[in-house]
Amino acid sequence: MTDSPAGRYPGYDVMDKRDTQSWDQVTRDVIDRRLAVPREPRFFTAAEWETLGALCARIMPQPDDRPPIPLPAYVDAKITERHQDGYRYATLPPQGEAWRRGLAALDAEAEEVHATRYHALDPDRQDALIARMQAGELTLPAWDGMPCKTFFEHRVLGDITHAYYAHPVSWNELGFGGPASPRGYVRMQLDRRDPWEAAEAHPGEEDRALRENRHVV
Amino acid sequence: MSSNPSSDPLAAPRATGGRAPDVFKVGGWVPMRQFDEDEPVDFVVVGTGAGGGPLIAGLAEGGFSVVGMDAGPWFRPLEEFASDETEQNKLYWTDERVVDGANPMVMGGKNSGKAVGGSTVHFAMVSLRFRPEWFKSRTTLGYGADWPLDWREMWDYYGRAERALSISGPISYPWGPKRPRYPYRSHELNGAAELLGRGAEAMGYRWTPTPLATVSAPHGHSHPCVYRGFCRFGCSTNAKQSQLVTFIPRALKAGAEIRDLAMVGRIEVGADGRATGVHYMRDGKWRFQRARNVVVSGYAIETPRLLLASATDRHPDGLANSSGLVGKNLMTQSNQAVFGTMDNEVRWNKGPPSLSITEHWNYDDAKDFHGGYCWMAQGPMPIEWVTIQTGSRGLWGQRLRDEMEKYNHSVGLKMVGEMLPDERNRVTLHDDTDQYGLRVARVTYGWSDNDKALIQHALGQMQTSLEAVGARDVFRQENDTNHLGGTARMGFDRQTSVVDADCRSWDIPNLWVCDGSVFPTVGGVNPHLTITAIAMRTADRIRAMAADGTLNHPRRAA
Repeated sequence: MTDSPAGRYPGYDVMDKRDTQSWDQVTRDVIDRRLAVPREPRFFTAAEWETLGALCARIMPQPDDRPPIPLPAYVDAKITERHQDGYRYATLPPQGEAWRRGLAALDAEAEEVHATRYHALDPDRQDALIARMQAGELTLPAWDGMPCKTFFEHRVLGDITHAYYAHPVSWNELGFGGPASPRGYVRMQLDRRDPWEAAEAHPGEEDRALRENRHVV
Repeated sequence: MSSNPSSDPLAAPRATGGRAPDVFKVGGWVPMRQFDEDEPVDFVVVGTGAGGGPLIAGLAEGGFSVVGMDAGPWFRPLEEFASDETEQNKLYWTDERVVDGANPMVMGGKNSGKAVGGSTVHFAMVSLRFRPEWFKSRTTLGYGADWPLDWREMWDYYGRAERALSISGPISYPWGPKRPRYPYRSHELNGAAELLGRGAEAMGYRWTPTPLATVSAPHGHSHPCVYRGFCRFGCSTNAKQSQLVTFIPRALKAGAEIRDLAMVGRIEVGADGRATGVHYMRDGKWRFQRARNVVVSGYAIETPRLLLASATDRHPDGLANSSGLVGKNLMTQSNQAVFGTMDNEVRWNKGPPSLSITEHWNYDDAKDFHGGYCWMAQGPMPIEWVTIQTGSRGLWGQRLRDEMEKYNHSVGLKMVGEMLPDERNRVTLHDDTDQYGLRVARVTYGWSDNDKALIQHALGQMQTSLEAVGARDVFRQENDTNHLGGTARMGFDRQTSVVDADCRSWDIPNLWVCDGSVFPTVGGVNPHLTITAIAMRTADRIRAMAADGTLNHPRRAA
């Protein structure tokens, strides 16, 4: 959190609305299943899991005042449960194989420069390798013809950030209303907020926002 | 839904045993006529979306026996559409496709539905008419290709489509020839839509509430829109007038059969050169439905894929392809955007995402490139928003988190722009196969210099508009496209087109194409209303041809 220890929407928890008119049963079931994602890898090997965990922590760093959203678990679940995107770049193999190859290549790149695997690098060096991947500069044979930039843009960024912003905890950080059926919204204009939306902590009004967010139902 | 497999719409077909889901009642059913596979039906229609839906209904209402097939499931919106971006991926065509070319196309939720009702189940409901000149853009504007349709006839069918879909829109529309007022009043504007209006006015452009296919007052079993904002992820209240809740129920009432989870893999052609029916997989088995006519309504990727996959010794390049144009001239529409941050709380996720529009540059020809575009207000959900942040700005790490937290203050304008037809942009068959054992589509796309010029013009205009309302930290989303068209174009002769004005293929008189693939050009507006209007017209034309004896024996020059 950058604004204050309590964040931009202090005290707001979208899960408080779970039993209100903003959530229907199908949505409750979907979110329950999401929160119960298996925490152990089903697709990835133990070594891949370490590399993926380190990568997720740099792509989407998380505050340490709450349990982290288990991003590697969602990447694994997407592959295991065969949730496809509907298109595949001709230069990328299918998603599971792309991940497998990309994680192995990241380790190979770390070994090449620092003689250690990716997850054992310090965060600055991890970030530096990510930046080179994003710039298309990683070309060790371990990539086996897969362009590291395309892998980064369409697997790394896509799968990790989509998992993060599918989680209710991330919606709290955005002040996003989350599920909204059947109630929807009423106050549509600029600077108007329905009582079941997050209140923003404008400077000097943090306490009021906190108070209002405890009654967002 | 519970995990009971019998209640999973993806596990087994629902439309069986003489009944189909009643989309308006929890757990409800409606009676459905069923046809024998061995007895030829008058029409089998492959696809139940913007093209297939109205055509199936129109043909059934005209007394024809009709079977509609959809590869996707028959959802029950009230029970099965969660308020959730990720879960609702189930609405999209997510089977493998391979994309390549200079500008590989994003597919999935951007343009491809897999459900009874097709992409209209997830579309953003924007329901616009073409500019009349676009039906003759080669002759009147000097680019693209002419359509074999007359805009005045289309104007009439647009009106019928708007009434059939209870379109909500303004009393008077600012551009183009006169049109009747929209059947339902326009929707209230949200903050993002208001900012589009302010920006347009600052530039001296007209703007208007967007005509939308979601009801602003009750209609039948549909309650008014509640402004939940998850429109592109399926409407859980049935306010959205998708084909699933409009033409499909009409089709059932008129005696059509719709088969869900029915993937057509091949069209059979007999020794006499006429189509005899379709091979399709349902319930794990390949089956064959005999038919006197076959209509392909699978949209601009699946339609050419099926025609190409149905090649025979006599039709080695695929069916209806003596012109060589099946799969070629694929068009998408440019969907670039400009975003910024306001001091105001915009909270752009409330309400339909595109509540206001300016079509200024569709009707102003003072520009140094061909084609037009409009832009609309935006309201992306969090996952869409992070896709824009990562895809356009390459953000990750703490910077990404910081930018994302401006969500409720963000504002944006997004274009729908005309891309020009080019034979090099095309659909072919890839050697990979899908879960049905069918070769997947390979989609090759690159932007022309004209496409790029149009995009840059639009980005500059949208940026000016955003800055005029005080948006800060403005950035551009340079790489996004959406709707499809063009891979089985209609035209005036068999050398330069795949189908005629009535959507009948030149080569096989009882094989038809009725969806966005027949578009020779795509214009600068969303295609849904035009596809619907063409489908309604095609149903009328087929009824008229049946009446005058030309349905089975078209009058054509040799």
